[in-house]
Amino acid sequence: MFRHFVNGILKENPVLVLAIGLCPTLAVSTSAYNALGMGVAVIFVLTMSNLIVSAARKVIPQNLRIPIFIIIISTFVTITDYVMKAYLPELAKNLGVFVPLIVVNCIILGRAEGFAYKHSVPAALLDGLGSGIGFTLVIFIIGSIREILGAGTWMSIPGGFEGFKVFGEGFLNYPVLFMILPPGGFLVIAFLMALSRKLTGEA
Amino acid sequence: MDLFLLFLAAFLVNNIVLLRFLGLCPFFGVSSKLETAIGMSMAVIFVMTLSSIITWLLYNYILVPLHLVYLRTATFILVIASLVQFTELFLKKSAPALYKALGIFLPLITTNCAILGVAFLNIDYGHSIIQTIVYAIGVALGFMLALVLMAGIRERIEFAPIPKPFKGLPIAFILASLMALAFLGFVGLFGLSL
Repeated sequence: MFRHFVNGILKENPVLVLAIGLCPTLAVSTSAYNALGMGVAVIFVLTMSNLIVSAARKVIPQNLRIPIFIIIISTFVTITDYVMKAYLPELAKNLGVFVPLIVVNCIILGRAEGFAYKHSVPAALLDGLGSGIGFTLVIFIIGSIREILGAGTWMSIPGGFEGFKVFGEGFLNYPVLFMILPPGGFLVIAFLMALSRKLTGEA
Repeated sequence: MDLFLLFLAAFLVNNIVLLRFLGLCPFFGVSSKLETAIGMSMAVIFVMTLSSIITWLLYNYILVPLHLVYLRTATFILVIASLVQFTELFLKKSAPALYKALGIFLPLITTNCAILGVAFLNIDYGHSIIQTIVYAIGVALGFMLALVLMAGIRERIEFAPIPKPFKGLPIAFILASLMALAFLGFVGLFGLSL
């Protein structure tokens, strides 16, 4: 049972190995805090939709399953969207259109179709958690690298904590702005992907 | 003039793929050959324009008057999924030549987040119906520009001596990074910002 959990984090990491869910990974990883917010939102939607799909798998007709999955997923996405807007308005503003777009995140539909529909509730729950944490880990690492190099801070929270100054005060005046801009996102993920291939012995 | 600026912003300055990070899956998935890249772009132009108009009408004339705005996410994705199916059936009957050209790319579009993203953005920006159409066409053409450029470059580097861990996707990401850097040069054109 436990291997379902680990699988999603390492061997079948959605972003680095399967290369799915790329849009939110790049778009909201401009800071570690934004990335973490997105990650938690995806963990919630993924686990809950896996749970419901798996629990209802015997009553969902085979040829209507995709639209039903989409409705289940969009329910949890809407909940996330409204809760985030109410309690974390700053974060909701930063993530913008990418919160409702969780609904077309291939990771979630992929796990519903590829795993939850065929497995028991506890297995589906662990699989959802594992894949969600695998996604969050990668997006958090990318967000941290981009924030540290591009702003000189780590874990700064808009309107709250001002963040750890990793390279000291002086760096804050001349950060590598490139890393926070879109090209930096592409560059960081390229190197992380190559690194994970090297480490897993694939190349 | 305003419409032209809106078009230019959607097409170049805020290029949907390279600077807004929407539609990355098809961007990396079908950009290894020029021919498939053009097919995919055509399908996106067609579906994006149509779906933007329909979701805009649906939102402003059905969801808002009935106070059902919270159903936006669910209705938009279902409308787009069924629209793609209808388009497929309609083209098969009435325009077999176009159907053959778009063929396999149509079903793939349902999961293209750029389509749904543009539908949401039109609402969030408060566009009128004319602005919606112009914006959708601009975004779709911008998608085509990025995809075709990428496919052209990837065809050329196919036989280049790339370090082994970088073969395939990682080098494509580095190419995208360089392209995005080039596109950043359009920022400030006619005073348009990122």
